[in-house]
Amino acid sequence: MATFPFELASPARLVFSGEVEQVDVPGAEGDFGVHAGHAPLISALRPGILTIREGGGAKRLYVRDGFAEVNASGLTVLAEFATPVEELDSGEIQKEIEAAEVRLTEAKEGHAKDKAAERVDQLKQVRTQLGATQAAH
Amino acid sequence: MPSLKELRNRIASVKATQKITKAMQMVAAAKLRRAQTAAEAARPYAERMEKVLGNIAMSITPSPESPKLLTGSGKSDVHLLLVCTAERGLCGAFNSSIVRLVKERANSLAAEGKTVKILCVGRKGQDQLRRQYERQIIETVELRNVRTLSYADADKIGDKIVALFEKGEFDVCTLFYSKFRSVILQIPTAQQIIPPVFPDNKEIGNGAVYEYEPEEEEILAELLPRNIATQIFRALLENAASEQGARMSAMDNATRNAGDMIRKQTITYNRTRQAMITKELIEIISGAEAL
Repeated sequence: MATFPFELASPARLVFSGEVEQVDVPGAEGDFGVHAGHAPLISALRPGILTIREGGGAKRLYVRDGFAEVNASGLTVLAEFATPVEELDSGEIQKEIEAAEVRLTEAKEGHAKDKAAERVDQLKQVRTQLGATQAAH
Repeated sequence: MPSLKELRNRIASVKATQKITKAMQMVAAAKLRRAQTAAEAARPYAERMEKVLGNIAMSITPSPESPKLLTGSGKSDVHLLLVCTAERGLCGAFNSSIVRLVKERANSLAAEGKTVKILCVGRKGQDQLRRQYERQIIETVELRNVRTLSYADADKIGDKIVALFEKGEFDVCTLFYSKFRSVILQIPTAQQIIPPVFPDNKEIGNGAVYEYEPEEEEILAELLPRNIATQIFRALLENAASEQGARMSAMDNATRNAGDMIRKQTITYNRTRQAMITKELIEIISGAEAL
């Protein structure tokens, strides 16, 4: 299967860099998979699980707040926070959910409120996803 | 000629100073390693961010509706200089070289008839700039109590700048910091962040038309402030590494100077001691001869 260069960077470090076969990115408007030769695209990220597939194996990472850019030279994901699921502290997501809920109660009506509510949902979804895999182990 | 006691005291005091400079050098060396790793780890993100933004900037045609943070306010009357320096001194020319660059820029801008405003991050820069530009300094952000620099710290400064920009307080923002090359080489750098200037990279992007998800405006509205915070974060990390590097070499020099001084003073001390013994001997001998 054709591979393409993929880079995942967070402010603290370059988390991943290499040739991969497929990456599933949690986009702001739904997950999308990227293969080699994908059309140029820029998408915002929502908090979620990013999956890297290479050579039959899959790596799962939790990413939050950032962007994915696909162009002819490959895929670049810039996330404010990115960490492998195995290294993720389960309390971390819980804390984020609580912080997001606080923001939701403080948010004024309208756009900001919708955004805050959406974020709480997204984070809760991540928790469920993580919970499912941890139970499976 | 100073007495022996005076000389002894002087040597003891230089020795004490040497101990301090030596300790500072070792502390700086230990901190440098950590700061350097942090600065190097942050580089890819900032570089990729610039690249992505550069690609977007190339693919869109500037229009009056495009975000001001990208295209600028259309004027360049008021310049904001964001000066990042250290919180502590005793690090050689680290702070002064940044300040010198700022002063050059401020003076040349003033000569062109532009208004200059200054926002200081770090106390040392403010101390040095206050004398000349008292009224132009609009704010000073202190990072004294920050132990390990986090992205959130840079984000706060970024928010402040974006808020000022949206209020129309300035048109162009330039970031000043010291780029870390090596322990003995730090390069004071000026980087324009509003509107961002992109290096010409023709091999990428090649005018590809991107699809945006969600809308272009929404993405840019989020990406642009984040880029500013990222660039500030990088500047602060580079600065932290540069500061420790500069301190290390400054303290190394100081330790060596103290060593030289001790050597010289010890020679003087010994000579004085011998001269006194000789003098006493002469006195005794001539006293005996007189008998």
